Amino acid sequence: MSTPATRPKRPPSTLGAFVTKEMHHILRDRQTLAILLLMPLVQVLLFGYALRTDIRDLRVAVVDPTPDVATLRLRSRLAATSRFRLLKVSTTTNVLPELFQRRTADVALVLPTSFAERMGRGDTAQVLLITDASDPNTGTTMQVYVRSVLADFERDFGGARPRAGAIFIAVASRMRFNPTLESANLFVPGLIALVLTLVSALMTAISLSREKELGTLEVLLVSPLRPWQIIVGKVVPYLVLGFAITCLVLTAARVVFSVPMRGSVTLLLAESVLFTIVSLSLGVLVAARTSSQRAAMLGALVGTMMPTALLSGMIFPITSMPGWLQPVTRVVPARWFIVIARGIMLKGIGLEYLWRETAVLAGMALLLLVAATRSFHAHLD
Amino acid sequence: MTSALGERSIEVDGLTRRFGTFTAVDRISFDVAQGEVFGFLGANGAGKTTAIRMLIGLLAPSAGSARVAGYDVATHAEMVKRNIGYMSQRFSLYEDLTVRENITLYGGIYGLSDIAIEKRTTELVDRLDLRDDIDARVKSIPLGWKQKLAFSVAVLHDPRVVFLDEPTGGVDPITRRQFWELIYTTAATGTTVFVTTHYMDEAEYCDRVSIMVDGRIVALGTPAELKEQYEARSIDDVFVRLARAGTAA
Repeated sequence: MSTPATRPKRPPSTLGAFVTKEMHHILRDRQTLAILLLMPLVQVLLFGYALRTDIRDLRVAVVDPTPDVATLRLRSRLAATSRFRLLKVSTTTNVLPELFQRRTADVALVLPTSFAERMGRGDTAQVLLITDASDPNTGTTMQVYVRSVLADFERDFGGARPRAGAIFIAVASRMRFNPTLESANLFVPGLIALVLTLVSALMTAISLSREKELGTLEVLLVSPLRPWQIIVGKVVPYLVLGFAITCLVLTAARVVFSVPMRGSVTLLLAESVLFTIVSLSLGVLVAARTSSQRAAMLGALVGTMMPTALLSGMIFPITSMPGWLQPVTRVVPARWFIVIARGIMLKGIGLEYLWRETAVLAGMALLLLVAATRSFHAHLD
Repeated sequence: MTSALGERSIEVDGLTRRFGTFTAVDRISFDVAQGEVFGFLGANGAGKTTAIRMLIGLLAPSAGSARVAGYDVATHAEMVKRNIGYMSQRFSLYEDLTVRENITLYGGIYGLSDIAIEKRTTELVDRLDLRDDIDARVKSIPLGWKQKLAFSVAVLHDPRVVFLDEPTGGVDPITRRQFWELIYTTAATGTTVFVTTHYMDEAEYCDRVSIMVDGRIVALGTPAELKEQYEARSIDDVFVRLARAGTAA
């Protein structure tokens, strides 16, 4: 009998062998890997394009029965706004029904006859604003945009009668409906949180419970590998994957939607790693407490994905939640991460303002890591 | 070949495990000599699995003691783990990894050097005649080969004791015979083989067998001794008689 087995172990190579194996699993399962890498990109595009609350490229048809100097000014004012595209100028309203039915126009602006004359006299100029309101929200937003242009025009050229009140109201509504922030800016930080939760919590839970189901975990536990080494070996590859996906989402967000990065990228990536550790520990906890892959998947979905999507402030603002629900969001790690990510990306602030959120995440990471290792240990008996 | 001969690689004394009020393993005691092939028999639910889990350091004993490869399982579980090999009744290799990758993984986990792993990989595939499949995924090779491969991987690090938990389940008789040849080869190098099985013909191949009923060891000896003691033609007869008596009581 030889004695290599009794020689002291070199933990790095032991752990290295385990991490290598885990990498093989991830790289071999091409379907899952493709989904993991493509899904964040698809989500960035979906959230960025589909879920936006601002509207651009409004197609405007103008009916101008008697073109004059004032209507020309108004038309050029509309055309100069990046939100509008002047589609058609007609002298009669007959063309409008077809334009709307064919969905070639979003908004039609019908000007009165002798517009300039009326304005000069200080008469009320009746302007008809027609909107495709098949989607009421969009319809309202579009109306507000056009009105704000009209109000601007009125303020600059509005003859004798200053209608200050109306102008200010129009300005106020523009502030509300025309946010300087793009929708994508708001969603991307939340999206990073969602994707990281998915990769780290869900995938770790599945991969760990798969070993449990197959019985290979038992073999690993009988080996000289310590439970913490098994956990680290499971977690490290997904940490790397999560990091890669974060970079991917950030790049996509920047290239496609010009989402700003006003603060430190390094800090954001570091915070992402911290958040990933929290999610990974949650995944390990879920796997330790469930006995099948299916149960682990459900557990991870309900326990981590749902709170991240619904209670983190990613989509629904925390301030508009009922009072009793707001404190509950404090236990959702993504809530803190989203504050950090938005702060760094959009406000350009650093740790001096975000240390509290960072500390909360670090605390959670520590607590959950200990709990995960423990529950893993406890499960052996 | 009895425990009186040579070094003892497993020493069990009054080992007990209780779950609440239920006693799964009830004061079992036995010794296994280095290099012995020891059959650990018992019906399902007799406490075999619980006993093995204690011996391989996965479960703490409630009372009594056990030393495996010279280390106490309760206080030195980590040292025990380094000196044993284990093949579970469920298939213990990774199907999505290749033959070589599985060998490398377990070699690495047990702390073998890269050179040693390479050398043993070559020896192993030569012995199992798996040269052509070394870079094939394990899921693509037949079950019999998988079992032999799993066993070879379990003893890759030359453990002092290897525990085999129903290693030949679902395998055809020819492969089972080949599997037992592997077991003998391994035992001949000095590795103790501790094996559970439901195939009583396999029990006949063991140097000694123990039969567990309701948490206790009710019979222990060489197959010949047991057959003589119970005036039975085969270990199968001995087993059925004892197991039936146990359930009746």
